[in-house]
Amino acid sequence: MADIRNTFVGIKSPNPFWLASAPPTDKAYNVERAFKAGWGGVVWKTLGSEGPPVVNVNGPRYGAIWGADRRLLGLNNIELITDRDLYVNLREMKQVKMNWPDRALIASIMVPCVEEEWKAILPLVEETGADGIELNFGCPHGMSERGMGSAVGQVPEYIEMVVRWCKQYTRMPVITKLTPNITDIRHPARAAKRGGTDAVSLINTINSIVSVDLDNFAPVPSIGGKGSHGGYCGPAVKPIALNMVSEIARDEETYGLPISGIGGVTTWRDAAEFLALGAGNVQVCTAAMTYGFKIVQEMITGLSDWMDAKGHRTLDDICGRAVPNVTDWKYLNLNYVAKAHIDQDACIKCGRCHIACEDTSHQAITSLVDGVRHFEVIEEECVGCNLCVNVCPVENCITMQPLDPGAIDKRTGKIVDPTYANWTTHPNNPMSTQAAE
Amino acid sequence: MGTNQTGIAAGRLAPADYAANFADLHPPLDKHEALVASDRCYFCHDAPCMTACPTEIDIPLFIRQISTGNPIGSAKTIFDQNILGGMCARVCPTETLCEQACVRNTAEERPVEIGRLQRYATDTAMAAGRQFYTRAAATGKTIAVVGAGPAGLACAHRLALHGHDVVIYDARPKAGGLNEYGIAAYKAPGDFAQAEVDYVLAIGGIEVVNGKALGRDFTLADLSARYDAVFLGFGLAGVNTLGVPGEMLEGVEDAVDFIERLRSADDKATLPVGRRVVVIGGGMTAIDAAVQAKLLGAEEVTICYRRGKEQMNASVYEQELAASKGVFIRHWLAPKQIIEKDGKVAGIEVEYTALVDGRLAGTGETGAIAADQILVAIGQKLDNPALDGLALEGGKIAVDGEGRTSLSGVWAGGDCAFGGQDLTVSGVAMGRDAAESINHVLMSAAAPVTAVA
Repeated sequence: MADIRNTFVGIKSPNPFWLASAPPTDKAYNVERAFKAGWGGVVWKTLGSEGPPVVNVNGPRYGAIWGADRRLLGLNNIELITDRDLYVNLREMKQVKMNWPDRALIASIMVPCVEEEWKAILPLVEETGADGIELNFGCPHGMSERGMGSAVGQVPEYIEMVVRWCKQYTRMPVITKLTPNITDIRHPARAAKRGGTDAVSLINTINSIVSVDLDNFAPVPSIGGKGSHGGYCGPAVKPIALNMVSEIARDEETYGLPISGIGGVTTWRDAAEFLALGAGNVQVCTAAMTYGFKIVQEMITGLSDWMDAKGHRTLDDICGRAVPNVTDWKYLNLNYVAKAHIDQDACIKCGRCHIACEDTSHQAITSLVDGVRHFEVIEEECVGCNLCVNVCPVENCITMQPLDPGAIDKRTGKIVDPTYANWTTHPNNPMSTQAAE
Repeated sequence: MGTNQTGIAAGRLAPADYAANFADLHPPLDKHEALVASDRCYFCHDAPCMTACPTEIDIPLFIRQISTGNPIGSAKTIFDQNILGGMCARVCPTETLCEQACVRNTAEERPVEIGRLQRYATDTAMAAGRQFYTRAAATGKTIAVVGAGPAGLACAHRLALHGHDVVIYDARPKAGGLNEYGIAAYKAPGDFAQAEVDYVLAIGGIEVVNGKALGRDFTLADLSARYDAVFLGFGLAGVNTLGVPGEMLEGVEDAVDFIERLRSADDKATLPVGRRVVVIGGGMTAIDAAVQAKLLGAEEVTICYRRGKEQMNASVYEQELAASKGVFIRHWLAPKQIIEKDGKVAGIEVEYTALVDGRLAGTGETGAIAADQILVAIGQKLDNPALDGLALEGGKIAVDGEGRTSLSGVWAGGDCAFGGQDLTVSGVAMGRDAAESINHVLMSAAAPVTAVA
């Protein structure tokens, strides 16, 4: 039986599934329910400075996009950090941590970029017995207008400065939460590392307007006819998050820096993918907000059963395993040739592969053969692009099959070369480097 | 309440049971159900469902329009090809047409619910009173259409669209043809047939003259003389008879008349039905009659068909529907004579049949089935003596691919013409295509000749 116990920057939890700092972790009631359901840890909803708490809008806070059968694919929110009194939160955190000593409890913090503010709040948090802190440099709406959240996360110098203060004023591990609303995620990650962070977590939500109410010409969610951009999350953002996690995992400067993966984790499989790309654990929000806390049971059993099936004993066996396989385009093997193949027994003859290829790609799939409806790859035309695989509604009906070295590529008429050769040495590349004579 | 008395009697059921029995066979989809159902469509290339539809409705497009919240646009997609799309959505044997061709059958043995989705879209547009078509400028041409059934209505609508004026003559008091008189009541409840006739006629330029029959009130030559073109779509008025002793006994009735009486009755409790009913035949009419006899409270309903299950014209779905209502379908039985008692039907003697050298023959083994009522559903025929020299084929009016008959200026379509499938939807297709042909002929003749310099 696989061991999925997790240790992240020294913080232990029975599994790698934490709830992200968000509405599900705003108060003891929710967190108690989450721990009962089996969550390994929570990052408590972000705390602000002492004093009058922030206020939220009193209208809709969320908007969404949906897939077939109204399955929620992307969620956007304009909720701010906790709108409860700081001391109420601190008291509840302390009690919950006492009730659940084996679970991870992290405090998310967002206070202005003033040293005294951070210096003031850190001891209060430390006193709760929290296992660590997460610096919220990510929220892209509302708080960012006040110079906090993503307004900090978009300036690497600020990140470095605040992380340094935190490392100075607390013994707790520091996790720096990054915003994806930036051109190159490596810069804020490097800054956090320079400041001494113990880990980064990412991604926070993405600036978004999910839809427009066409009757009123107002963005959704609409507050009396007006809308503001929100933070986008859920299954739709997973690919963006995976890429950013991998960028940090394979960057020379941040290589080895612990990463808590966030962004659209909905199933055990999503979690395993984040771990494979270098995350040490994952944080979940939208899936819980869609289906409730029970989904963690699917995640725990799914991850564990998959690890058993593959012979992985601990999380260390899988973490970062895919990182070496992420590379730059220029290093991809141009001598690798694959062709699409359609399994005629599995084909239901919807014709989508044909029309996608015919209208938008390479005219490499038939629609009629001898007057009969029949979909078959024309290898002379197929560039192996994989579009047909992606539009086919039947899983594994169309597969990409690599040509063996020595075989003839019917499109080019050339023999498949067994050697590896990439763009850096390709004759068409004006910058190509020639091997020394 | 209710009665099981022997003989043919009305009021066999409690009043509430009639309403329940004759409610919508397939209740309409609500918006949520329609969205879920439409999500299942793969938007196939050169979609097999579309090819399987006699009117070639762009099914993937209309379903996608439903899924994107545009049922009105969806209805227009349907009506563009089939102005009687509302009725077809209810009565088409989709299980042997579009839904049989759906690729989801291969994927998971459950097609997209095309018929119900079509009904959702067309009902939405009709409930909103949306008319999509305006007539072209008046051409000054007038066309006579004989028969206000699916073929005649579709033909008239398309002709009116092109700017022609149309007069429809129909022998019956109401327009609609078999949609009004010949369809099982539970397939189109709520007087939908008349609502659809009104919807079709709303385009304008179509006059309906009821109670006028070809051969009785006018001749084909009269029409040809008075109109620029004639379309014949009067269906099949005659019915085949059993040709066995006892056929004239009280209690033996043609199934078409039985169904018509059912359709026309406001109160189903007033309709008499036998305690034991035998239906002779193997097509849709046999099923419709048998199922409705059962729904009227007959204790025992048996369909006798002289061939096997595979040869039945009724689809498997229809056969299963009948079975689910308690109808007993027996095969390889041919009627031999009606058994009489006190001047009324008491049963039917049947003979087993078999295929001998590919031909159907009696085996000599006979048996009797007790019955108070025998419904005959062994097919309909043209049976109109007033066709003035029109060429026939297979007992119907011979037509070419555009619906042209052997007489110049006369077109035909629907059940009275050869080559259809005896379905509402094929009648619509034939009527529509004949209208296009008529328009083409009339307008090319009308087009001024221009000199080529």
